Amino acid sequence: MVKIEAEGKSYVAINDEIHQHAGDILITDCCGQRFIGAGMGNCAIKIQGIPGNALGAYLNGGEIEVFSNAQDSVGDTMNAGRIVVHGNIGDTAGYAMRGGEIYVRGNAGYRTGIHMKAYQNKLPVIVIGGTAGSFLGEYQAGGIIIVLGLNRDGKKIVSNYPCTGMHGGKLYLCSDCQDVLFPKQVTAHTATAEDMQEIAPYLEKFSQYFGMDLQQICSQTFTVVTPDSQNPYKQMYVTN
Amino acid sequence: MTGEKIMQSMIPMHERSNGLGGGFAGYGIYPEYRDFFALHIFFNSESSRTECETYLRTTLEIVRSETIPTRTIPEITDEPLIWRYFVTPLRSVLSSMQVDEREFMSRVVMRINTVYKGAYVFSSGKNMGVFKAVGYPEDVGRFYRLDEYEGYCWTAHGRYPTNTPGWWGGAHPFALLDYTIVHNGEISSYDANRRYIEMFGYKCTLQTDTEVITYIADYLLRKQGLTLEELANVIAAPFWSTISRRDADEQQRLRYLRTVFSSLLVTGPFSIVLGFEGGLMALNDRLKLRSMVVGEKEDMVYIASEESAIRVMEPELERIYAPAGGEPVIVKVKEGAY
Repeated sequence: MVKIEAEGKSYVAINDEIHQHAGDILITDCCGQRFIGAGMGNCAIKIQGIPGNALGAYLNGGEIEVFSNAQDSVGDTMNAGRIVVHGNIGDTAGYAMRGGEIYVRGNAGYRTGIHMKAYQNKLPVIVIGGTAGSFLGEYQAGGIIIVLGLNRDGKKIVSNYPCTGMHGGKLYLCSDCQDVLFPKQVTAHTATAEDMQEIAPYLEKFSQYFGMDLQQICSQTFTVVTPDSQNPYKQMYVTN
Repeated sequence: MTGEKIMQSMIPMHERSNGLGGGFAGYGIYPEYRDFFALHIFFNSESSRTECETYLRTTLEIVRSETIPTRTIPEITDEPLIWRYFVTPLRSVLSSMQVDEREFMSRVVMRINTVYKGAYVFSSGKNMGVFKAVGYPEDVGRFYRLDEYEGYCWTAHGRYPTNTPGWWGGAHPFALLDYTIVHNGEISSYDANRRYIEMFGYKCTLQTDTEVITYIADYLLRKQGLTLEELANVIAAPFWSTISRRDADEQQRLRYLRTVFSSLLVTGPFSIVLGFEGGLMALNDRLKLRSMVVGEKEDMVYIASEESAIRVMEPELERIYAPAGGEPVIVKVKEGAY
């Protein structure tokens, strides 16, 4: 394993080192350097410290694992590969991603999965272990977002305006969602065995990465939200 | 604490600005002159300074005037003349105008910034000061020798101007009296806000949108006597649909504020930190189109656009969280501790 000491280095220098080595890499003392692993295809990067915004932007394969929190736009426009974050993440994770997987043990900020889309054989997946902020899955066009709401101490599993502008894909919330207000343009139903079958591999990986009890997670009630094609989305920002 | 820590915190934030503006506000930095207003002024020339000082002497007692100490460094060039004055309004002038000293000082600032060509007051509070320039913030801090000042509260900003000029007066923080604003974002409602606030004697002269938020804060807090929470409910008013889900009393309160001060609703993306004597308020726009993180450890509170800036100042935090859009974070220094 190659070790990259990030302290005092620019993101350009760090990414240059990553590209030179391609393989198993450990980045230490990271503090806000952006775009780590951008466009990378085949390495396994472990990061100690706080990676900057757009971690794994355009990621095209391989794996990035973060042991603390990550900031905004994790997996921005990613195409393939996997990002695993042991802490919380900021806003707009998975922005426009069209492939690959993001697993987060803690909570996510605003606009997780905004503009996420599926493409041909590509199906992007985001699994959030804790809660999600407002505008979850905003303009979601494809892929799967799963929010588990673990250890949320009475907090709502998702804040305001989830699924605003959603027109494709699926959102799974581990809750009966009695306290969640969805827009008129989506339909929510209790997950069926078939729905659960679809996300079983992702839940299994989640429990494996973070040492969680899979049986317990799967025994909860999940709500599935999909767009209602009979009643398409019209507007949000104009009539405020 | 000195300005050293907050300067360090700006280093990982380098990418967020482009060298066209950086600045700091320090509170509690002039204890020996705590009863005097500290005017920080940029002058384009000696003649503009002479002219402005003549005006100052007619209305204010100047107990000390000096250039603000700076370091000559290659990163900061083309500086104007940078002066500071510790002043107090002449009692005779106050009583003849029948205004209190804060109102009087705000009028002095507006007068200099509009009437005196080549003179810009960029800081005007008591026991606090703004330091700003064209450059990256970490360089601006070294330029102004902020490691030599000690205060109880600091704010900082790196600018990336996108649609207004990058000049010395346009760097953040924007200040009036002890109110300062640093702002990440852009205000869609700028001109509506400007037209409204200019009816009350404020003049927007600094060519960029953030300035108006400073005057809104001064107007609502000082002149209208609103609380900080109410200020947040005006400028980042909840959506009508959100208000309609609150309990009856809260609905009435929020409707009142949104209706009476409708022209002071600030739209567009923003995260701001408002500094004032004795504390800070951080606020995001209600859609939260900009990032903000708050960290806490013992009696310290840290607020930044990114967690990494906070970790530079305090690696081991007890709590770190991102406040929701429109939800103010108010931090007050203990009474008597500043």
